[in-house]
Amino acid sequence: MVRNQRYVVFAGLLAASTALSGAAQADTIKVGVLHSLSGTMAISETTLKDTMLMLIEEQNSKGGLLGKMLEPVVVDPASNWPLFAEKARELIEQHEVAVIFGNWTSVSRKSVLPVIEELNGLLFYPVQYEGEESSRNVFYTGAAPNQQAIPAVDYLLSEDGGGAERIVLLGTDYVYPRTTNKILRAYLNGKGIADEDILENYTPFGHADWQTIVADVKKFASEGKQTAVVSTINGDANVPFYKELANQGIMAEDIPVVAFSVGEEELAGLDTEPLVGHLAAWNYFMSVETDENEAFIEKWHGFIGDEDRVTNDPMEAHYIGFNMWVQAVQQAGTVEVDAVRQAMYGQTFKNLTGGIAVMNTNHHLSKPVLIGEIQSDGQFETVWETEGVVKGDAWSDFIPESAKLTADWTFPWVCGNCEAPKFEAIVDM
Amino acid sequence: MPTRGFALPSLAALLSCMAFLAAVAGGAPASQAATLEEALQGLAAKSYKERAVGVEVLAATGHPRAIPILEAMAKGQLFVRKADGSIVIGDKTGKVYALTDAVDGTAVGDAKKKELKKVKVNNRLRGVIRTALGGLTLLSSDPRQREQAAAAVFAARDAGALETVEQAIAREEDAGLLDQLTLAKAAIESNPEFQRDIRLAAVARLSDSALPEVRSLLASLSHEDEADAEVRAAAAAALEAVERDLAFWNLLGAIFQGLSLGSVLLLAAVGLAITFGVMGVINMAHGELVMLGAYTTFVVQDIFRDLAPGSLDYSLAVAVPAAFLVAGAAGVAIERGVIRWLYGRPFETLLATWGLSLILQQLVRTVFGPTNREVSSPSWLSGAFETATGLVLPYNRVAIIVFSLLVVGAIALVLRRTALGLYMRAVTQNRSMASSMGIRTGWVDAATFGLGAGIAGVAGVALSQIDNVSPNLGQAYIVDSFMVVVFGGVGNLWGTLVGAMSLGVINKFLEPFAGAVLAKILVLVAIILFIQKRPRGLFALKGRAVES
Repeated sequence: MVRNQRYVVFAGLLAASTALSGAAQADTIKVGVLHSLSGTMAISETTLKDTMLMLIEEQNSKGGLLGKMLEPVVVDPASNWPLFAEKARELIEQHEVAVIFGNWTSVSRKSVLPVIEELNGLLFYPVQYEGEESSRNVFYTGAAPNQQAIPAVDYLLSEDGGGAERIVLLGTDYVYPRTTNKILRAYLNGKGIADEDILENYTPFGHADWQTIVADVKKFASEGKQTAVVSTINGDANVPFYKELANQGIMAEDIPVVAFSVGEEELAGLDTEPLVGHLAAWNYFMSVETDENEAFIEKWHGFIGDEDRVTNDPMEAHYIGFNMWVQAVQQAGTVEVDAVRQAMYGQTFKNLTGGIAVMNTNHHLSKPVLIGEIQSDGQFETVWETEGVVKGDAWSDFIPESAKLTADWTFPWVCGNCEAPKFEAIVDM
Repeated sequence: MPTRGFALPSLAALLSCMAFLAAVAGGAPASQAATLEEALQGLAAKSYKERAVGVEVLAATGHPRAIPILEAMAKGQLFVRKADGSIVIGDKTGKVYALTDAVDGTAVGDAKKKELKKVKVNNRLRGVIRTALGGLTLLSSDPRQREQAAAAVFAARDAGALETVEQAIAREEDAGLLDQLTLAKAAIESNPEFQRDIRLAAVARLSDSALPEVRSLLASLSHEDEADAEVRAAAAAALEAVERDLAFWNLLGAIFQGLSLGSVLLLAAVGLAITFGVMGVINMAHGELVMLGAYTTFVVQDIFRDLAPGSLDYSLAVAVPAAFLVAGAAGVAIERGVIRWLYGRPFETLLATWGLSLILQQLVRTVFGPTNREVSSPSWLSGAFETATGLVLPYNRVAIIVFSLLVVGAIALVLRRTALGLYMRAVTQNRSMASSMGIRTGWVDAATFGLGAGIAGVAGVALSQIDNVSPNLGQAYIVDSFMVVVFGGVGNLWGTLVGAMSLGVINKFLEPFAGAVLAKILVLVAIILFIQKRPRGLFALKGRAVES
């Protein structure tokens, strides 16, 4: 009896939802939002989902796109990497979205990749990552290693950054830290820092007990050379890590820690008083004073209804990515993926931190690089920035086998990882 | 020292300088005030390098205002007022900054953030300021300041500070501080610009203190760059002695870290030792009960912030019973609502409680948001006890060790000395007999589960001090908790205690060699093998109750 009723309700719901989506299909453009709203990554990704909803709402208030309203389709891949692929398929096949904004971890992106390529979808990926990839169907709006890791290490080695002679590479044990550290080791070797002056250490996701590792760093630093730490520690593990740094009295003046995955959002759960001076490298800081940034922050606070919420780098990446997509659709006059992709190349949009971002034919952005020090109010203060914008490299120049590869999706290359253009031979004939 | 920062003082600066002179009217000599003014302009120079020179110039004036100015600068509280270019110290109160004139320390009104330009400092500049303050505060009357100054002088090893250090040594009465001062003096005298026998004496003094900083200094002295072979040899010998001492203290440090990790495991597991150990319920939502405790701490602190911000330091004292009640109530609800229908069906219990854990996580995520919540540490828990040998014992870690032992002690008392404990043991050993004796077994089940859940909540209060307060908090501890209880011996509190502590210490001894990932795997494999050999864990319960 009860069971039967349940079926009836379920069937009703199903019918209603198909009816709704059928009705909606005609006059809206669907935008897929593929961010985890539960599980371990919800802590970072929920904010990006809200950012997307804000951007879409704003675009609709301007009259939508191509005379149609934008309709967000939010799905929850629940921090479950294989589920990302299923949800991506659902977005493209069932909901027929024009574009997907989503993913945070590299492992989830790698899981989505085959689906999005098979179905010729379009994904905007907003997070800083390890590079070594350029898919025809993905636009990478976060930083590549040469837009974050390399400038950060340069800063640590410079006089202003403390003139480090020894580097500790701390990371969470997965693809992003391992690849980044491989690039960094090659780069440091080239700068004259020998392998015995590099300490590399990996920890599991969510590692909570940092006593030994922090003590090891202290010991490594006490061997007579100026030492700095490069951290690719991701997610939940950061809070206990920073708490332990403070506990063991590691001052930024003595052993600075530069992090690539710690932004304003991650610092929100921390008392930053003892962490003043530790660093982060990003393309965006909330503290940067420009009119665009001020307007963005105000809009965000209005949308989320909380003056205490912070903004961060991946949010800016979505902001740039979404606006570039809107411009490309307007120019192409259609949301059809192949046309939009062509229109994306050379697309420009104003950064929130000043300067203009450009989408390159390797599907990576040119953006400015900023290095900031943690302040006692949980914000970063920019202490160094690049003169202009830096072009994102899909393939690192510091890994021999990658240095040979080129990513360029325009004629005659039309390839994400080739040593020679695909169509040269044909042109010659 | 001529610098660009020395450029002619602006008109505004001259004016305020004259105002200052008028204000003190014959107080400080005119020349000193002018120097202070000039040095101040150097602080606001364009590049970090020029500002660093400005700091040194300011320190060299020896002006009494130099100390508060430099302290404010290091804290990022030094500003240039855009309106007149004067340098002010700004203390943020609410939305505005209360300004103090840098030169004479008088209040000069409020300003909004937009009217001020911050004098930016970076790590390098902060280091320079620390060194400069070290020279200035070495003769301070505050022993804490003298201690910091001695450390700064040691780190800088600037020969210019030697005279002040000697003065400070002559008048120092505190033995510990005297020790640090002579160490700082030795560090300075180990520099190549001193004569060989002075340097050798300095190295001998250094070798008495087995500190990581000393090791660092000796390592550079024994490096091949050192020109004087005799000093190099002495430093190498001293380095060896220091390293031997350090190795011993590192061993003690590792044991402490192991006990500390063990105490965290113990806290996480001890609630489970009751629900799983005593009652035999596989409660996958145990971690979420811990999380509820952590969030209770957050809520309690929030209430304190609103109602009694002055006594925030004591919020943990309220949070502990509050977390016990909240998590305990949740536990009773879970037992009455779900688990009691599933006694004797472990797999269904496992699945049901696992589902509950997901529900609880998402509930907390919906109510409090997915991001971390900040739980502040009371001032009496921040900082660390540092021995003269570089062993660092953070107060919060020590507190958690003590706290975990207190919790275990309290539970042991409840189980052994109270009527509830007696009922619990009776019901778990022989349910039908206990029931025939007039014990309301259902009520005892609920109370027992509530007690275990409440203890998990209390653990959450402690964990909020060292870990994220996020919806995922519990997941990190659930596997470890089961591991500890199974390893220690199901149903045995003493086993849980010994199991947690030994797992902690073993893990910490493996970590330096194997790395954190492999150490964890090795421990797991070792436990699997151990359970094969002794299925009932370290301390097995004996008797008929176990067999049934």
